[in-house]
Amino acid sequence: MCDTCGCNITHGNESLIRPGGKLARTESGKEAVTVLHSLLDENDHTAKHNREHFDSHDVLAINLMSSPGAGKTALLEASIRALKADAARDLSIAVIEGDLETENDAERIRKQGVEAIQIATGSACHLDAHMVHQALHNLKLDDLDIVFIENVGNLVCPASFDLGQHLNVILLSVPEGDDKPAKYPVMFRAADLVLISKSDLLPVLDDFKPENAKRYLHDIASEAPVFELSSKDQSGMQQWFEWLYAQIEKRKAYVAEHPPESGHHHHHHHEHEHEHEHEHEHEHEHVHAEGKTP
Amino acid sequence: MHELALCQALMNQVESIAAERNASSVVSIVVGMGPLSGVEAQLLKHAYPVASAGTVAEGAELVIENLPVRVKCTRCGHESDVLPNKLVCKHCGDWRTNLLSGDELMLMRVELETAAEHPDKPGGAEEPGATIH
Repeated sequence: MCDTCGCNITHGNESLIRPGGKLARTESGKEAVTVLHSLLDENDHTAKHNREHFDSHDVLAINLMSSPGAGKTALLEASIRALKADAARDLSIAVIEGDLETENDAERIRKQGVEAIQIATGSACHLDAHMVHQALHNLKLDDLDIVFIENVGNLVCPASFDLGQHLNVILLSVPEGDDKPAKYPVMFRAADLVLISKSDLLPVLDDFKPENAKRYLHDIASEAPVFELSSKDQSGMQQWFEWLYAQIEKRKAYVAEHPPESGHHHHHHHEHEHEHEHEHEHEHEHVHAEGKTP
Repeated sequence: MHELALCQALMNQVESIAAERNASSVVSIVVGMGPLSGVEAQLLKHAYPVASAGTVAEGAELVIENLPVRVKCTRCGHESDVLPNKLVCKHCGDWRTNLLSGDELMLMRVELETAAEHPDKPGGAEEPGATIH
């Protein structure tokens, strides 16, 4: 944690920082209260709300995470090109981009003819549900089949913040080394799919053994499939597309059988002017199911 | 990692509970944390005085309970205490296990100082926990 640069305070949770309360000292009587609330309840509540938005429009949301430079944007560029060329499936895609600075990645996506919303986090090293919530207001979910959320390049922090996505896809690029799953168990345990990217470099970087990466994933009890692919030479991409198509259908079927609750209980002040001074005064005590989507 | 922001969230919950119980101050806070939660206990302890200053929890003791990493094997059913990056069953060696504990980040218990004249309180004694959901 850095308490000088404020890298752990995001637009999403800065409203939680308020100057303190009153303290009237009276006497005696102690009471021990057992609570069992996750400290991420606030974020999780917004994430659940985001997920309901996606589901009510039949949009599959994918959170793409990796180290900086592992190839998330390149994967999206190559994928968008190929998916849009498939007239039979006619997939409608949008991307939410997260970076500390620049619109570079959003620009690259827009050049592929797809809408991209850029979230500039400033100094925050991860996206949170509140930021994604605001980005969602700028997307016409009715017209979309899939939204990719390209998280900030970081193998540590994004893992802990549910954004309302349905699936986590984590890239592990060949130059990074095959033992990353052992070094970053929290992140890799969150994966629904692991993509070994830049596979075109395997002949050159022969100390990267995909079998080792798979073994380290087993060591953290991850059952995520592992695909090798290269955005550059297109090898292995088809398997990734088939997985995407299957997941879209799977989620649609799930939502049809478990429709999102109607009449969302929006206790928080839903300011649609996108002010960053949301006052989250809700006192409700939901206990949210931990972890990812059912 | 985001220990200051997490402390803020902790303060919010503690203040809310304290207000609800008409507590004058907080004596102690117990947070349960597992190694796979993505949070560092030391950093949370470091952030806590900053976050609690000026709140009803100022001066309260923060107790961090380190929860073990425990898995249950889906093949043989055995439960094992394991390392965070080696979640393999100690009994049969299979890697297909489910995590029973180890990734929690929970406010578990709050000990409050309430006014003696509160009708429900037997003054002075600590009550067993009342669960709030």
